[in-house]
Amino acid sequence: MEWLSRNLPYLLAGISVGGQYALIAIGYTMVYGILRLINFAHGDIFMVAGLMMVYLSASLPIYVSIPLVIVLTVLIGFTVERVAYKPLRSAPRMSVMISAIGVSYLLQNLALYITGGLAQQYPAIPWISDQITVFGASTKRVTVITPFLTIILVVLLVALIKNTKIGMAMRAASKDFETSQLMGIKINSVISMTFIIGSFLAAIGSLLFFSNYTGVTPTIGTMPGLKAFVAAVFGGIGSIPGAVIGAFIIGICENLVMMANQYVSIDISNFKDAFAFLLLIIILFFKPTGLFGEKQTDKV
Amino acid sequence: MKKKKELVISLVLIAVLIGILRLMEINISPQSKWAMLMTVLKKGSIYALVAVSMNLLNGFTGLFSLGQAGFMMIGAYTYAIFTIPADQREMVYMYYNGGIVKFAIPAICGVLLAGVFAAFFAFLIGIPVLRLKSDYLAIATLGFAEIMRALFQWDTLGPLTNGSNMLRSYPTPASASVIYPFVVSGVCIAVIVLMINSTYGRAFKAIRDDEIAAEAMGINLAHHKRIAFTVSSFFAGISGALLAMFQTNVQAKSFNSAMTYEILLIVVIGGIGSVTGSVISSFLFIACSEWLLRFLDEQHVIGEFTVPLMRSGFRKVVFSIIIMVIVLFFRQGIMGTREFSISGILNKISGRSRKAQKGEPK
Repeated sequence: MEWLSRNLPYLLAGISVGGQYALIAIGYTMVYGILRLINFAHGDIFMVAGLMMVYLSASLPIYVSIPLVIVLTVLIGFTVERVAYKPLRSAPRMSVMISAIGVSYLLQNLALYITGGLAQQYPAIPWISDQITVFGASTKRVTVITPFLTIILVVLLVALIKNTKIGMAMRAASKDFETSQLMGIKINSVISMTFIIGSFLAAIGSLLFFSNYTGVTPTIGTMPGLKAFVAAVFGGIGSIPGAVIGAFIIGICENLVMMANQYVSIDISNFKDAFAFLLLIIILFFKPTGLFGEKQTDKV
Repeated sequence: MKKKKELVISLVLIAVLIGILRLMEINISPQSKWAMLMTVLKKGSIYALVAVSMNLLNGFTGLFSLGQAGFMMIGAYTYAIFTIPADQREMVYMYYNGGIVKFAIPAICGVLLAGVFAAFFAFLIGIPVLRLKSDYLAIATLGFAEIMRALFQWDTLGPLTNGSNMLRSYPTPASASVIYPFVVSGVCIAVIVLMINSTYGRAFKAIRDDEIAAEAMGINLAHHKRIAFTVSSFFAGISGALLAMFQTNVQAKSFNSAMTYEILLIVVIGGIGSVTGSVISSFLFIACSEWLLRFLDEQHVIGEFTVPLMRSGFRKVVFSIIIMVIVLFFRQGIMGTREFSISGILNKISGRSRKAQKGEPK
């Protein structure tokens, strides 16, 4: 029992942060599946969502600002695609990737300009941010909600991709971009839809993430974004279940490092971030396309 | 004959350039508003080297690697660790009883050693990583750079790397004189250009254009990729050492992925596959980000009217918008895959004057 109360917080945090990474990773993996683009700006959209929540909740009640943040984040994701990626559709892949880096740079600098570089305090969302006790381990309610919410959203998303017309179009576009265009699929609306879904999930992810880690800085999106991308590659990029499983594995493992840190005599806590990359390199060594990369699972 | 003439002209131009730099250095006092220009020239030449080394990998060999900042960090740390004077070590490594390295080597040996260490690490990392393709290679190299960064900040390695504290008090010739980074970078870039024009360079380009065809023509893929990766990292390490001198202190946390993206932006803005493009764009990039746009950060009042939006940080916003415009509308970058050369300009001038003599329209 004592072992449990000592180590459970790490496991809970791992599962919870894994769920948050999963929500971001889906955005990466879906965009990559269709455009073969590493959307470096995705982590910064996640950051912008957090920042907007800080500013909106200062003047609006929380039940208005949450939906507003989600809508605005979706709008930003949509706009970024239209302005920065769509004009480059026929350009080489490198150009689009550079454009993504440019957008990421722009969003970070805008955030730096607006905030003045100071960390902004994320508002406490009632009920979600409350302290609760699980098996003697004290934590925030968001930690417990996150994995369930993530799984519900993923199931809904997979259902959307499997059963609706737009989902079918997405599957077609990810299978063969050119042919799907010839078959009369409106590729631009499919891509926009992908970005909308990705940004929506990133907004939810940011709500959950920042309820736990409450300081929003202009560069805070980089690390979670990078780790979510690592998770997507880990699970086999293009595959949604792969991204989700990869995200949970990475989230749990990095907290296992912190847990192990209690028992070893040397301090290994600063390898928390690096551990995700180590896992990735190990898996790529054995399976060069990730965990579920070769099997064409329902790829979007 | 023609080659000889070109060589003479280049040597004269290099001598003139060094002369101008020396004159500027003597005449520009650190207080004048042109002092920023010297900073730009120093940092620009350092970034030019790392951009060209990245271009060797991304532009000429077609290996999409994002580990450049990591190799710069190895170079910077190697230089700093081995050149801090023995009597300063007690102070720098104050949390680690003076560290475990108790000697110091001359600065230029430190620079070379920085390159060698970076190349050695690249060789080791290359064994597992170079089997991967395109984006997988990119994320794996980025991952290694992050692992390195964590390793260098690790407390247990503190006696060697000073943990997460900064390293300082080492000799800084590149910060003292603008000629030092110019000469070191210039020599290194010249070596890279010679390599690109050699049989190795041709093999690299063949690999970039079509791996399968290159292999069919008898090019050993693994061998050449490893050479490109190691050589590129060698020069990234040297530029890291120069950057360490320029900054006068080294801290692992500044060599993050954002730095790699910055270098990648420089390479792409200059033109992927153009050495001169990378050099030009690194000077432009540093000049814009550090110097030319500075006025945007200050508040301006014209008569009664206060110019809106201008306050600290606005420079960077404008700068990133400029970058977006370049990326969206000038996809080939400044130079594309062309090279800027003296003979090319001479030909153009003489061609034009010949046309003018004949009385033809241009």
